[in-house]
Amino acid sequence: MRITLRVWRQKNADAKGKMEKYKLDDVEEDMSFLEMLDVLNEKLILAGEDPVSFDHDCREGICGSCAMVINGTPHGPQKNTTTCQLHMRHFKDGDTIDVEPWRARAFPVIKDLVTDRSAFDQIIQAGGYVSVNTGSAPEAHATPVDKVSADDAFDAATCIGCGACVAACPNGSSMLFTSAKVTHLGLLPQGQPERQTRAISMLAKQDELDFGGCTNVGACAEVCPKGIPLASISRLNHDVLGATLAGARAD
Amino acid sequence: MVLTQQRNIVTRTWGSSVGKKFVMAVTGVIFLLFVIAHMIGNLKIFFGQETFDAYSEHLRTLGAEIFGYSGVLWIIRVVLLASVALHMVAAFSLWYKAKRARPVGYQHKGHQGSYAARTMRWGGVIIALFVIWHILDLTTGTVNPDPAGGAYGRLVASFDRPIVAIFYILAMVALSFHISHGLWSGIQTLGGNSAVKQHALKTFSIVVGVVIAVGFAIIPVSVMFGLVR
Repeated sequence: MRITLRVWRQKNADAKGKMEKYKLDDVEEDMSFLEMLDVLNEKLILAGEDPVSFDHDCREGICGSCAMVINGTPHGPQKNTTTCQLHMRHFKDGDTIDVEPWRARAFPVIKDLVTDRSAFDQIIQAGGYVSVNTGSAPEAHATPVDKVSADDAFDAATCIGCGACVAACPNGSSMLFTSAKVTHLGLLPQGQPERQTRAISMLAKQDELDFGGCTNVGACAEVCPKGIPLASISRLNHDVLGATLAGARAD
Repeated sequence: MVLTQQRNIVTRTWGSSVGKKFVMAVTGVIFLLFVIAHMIGNLKIFFGQETFDAYSEHLRTLGAEIFGYSGVLWIIRVVLLASVALHMVAAFSLWYKAKRARPVGYQHKGHQGSYAARTMRWGGVIIALFVIWHILDLTTGTVNPDPAGGAYGRLVASFDRPIVAIFYILAMVALSFHISHGLWSGIQTLGGNSAVKQHALKTFSIVVGVVIAVGFAIIPVSVMFGLVR
């Protein structure tokens, strides 16, 4: 396959970046998107040029590192797939592919396609946990969990924190991420004591970090590699409304 | 003992992005109820001039024993005006926040999400401008060719101008998009959505949006085709 790439190149956080064009003549359709970028980088290194920086780690769709917007869609055109699991067979010979970093004030570009996504860690620190006493593990059957709640909590827990929801959102909002955590913990009995404060604390942190507000466009759920449902946001809203009316506070 | 300052419910609500959306959802419900009542009232045009003008007068004498002539109408107007102010301030605040959240845009833009959802903000601006024209035309009669013609006369005189009738119909299309996304979005904001209900809620909102738009637009169409004279 012959592919023309237009990749965002930016030397460092302060530099002004631009789209740079590269031609690849020997792309195989069985390559993953990242392997295709590896081939590009080998060529660039041999030519004495600076290779394209991009994040990657597990290459099996569970770490959430391989953040890049491909032709306007985070993680590319295939549904419920991370970039590392996207294969070149989903493109046609002669295609031009645009590759850009996540775009959000809260995710500043460090270099090329690499962004600083530690804002998500701060949202987690604000309330994405349950407080339990240390010591020996309690008897597993002591706390019953109904099947539906267990399944829904597990589905929400599959969120890998990749940030595709923020990248796709026209408002640059992280609501799907935050709501996945709130759903995951709020559906389980262990998460009940902090349920209200968790919702308002995580939301307050998200607002403070300059993520936008949600307008229920649903772009996040369309691009989410883990298929987190848009209705998770309703659950977050529900908990925030309850906490607001009840006057819950975290301090 | 340290006393922590507990913010009141107004600052707690207005201080968060979701709180502002609660305000938009609740004021949106007020608009929706108003628009439905307005549409039902408008449809009296098909029962003739006498019925329509009597309805218009009835709105002013409604509850007059307690609130005086036009009293109830003014209460509704004040509630609506306050709702418009809150709805718009919250919307502009979230609009600004969204602009701030993405300082550098994409070269290659994706188009996820429905058309109605993506055009919510400009659609709202169009509806606001339409409402100003609409009041000047049919309530105060300032821009109406027959300002003294009564409710029925003003309506027919206004829609006899094809440009005005077409503008009205286009505004109703914008309204139907706004309701189609706004109703389901409001339910989601108030925490009433679930994965099981989502499809039904979205469909229901589109139906409500279309029914309301058709209910309004049928009147200028009828005037244009001479069914209402």
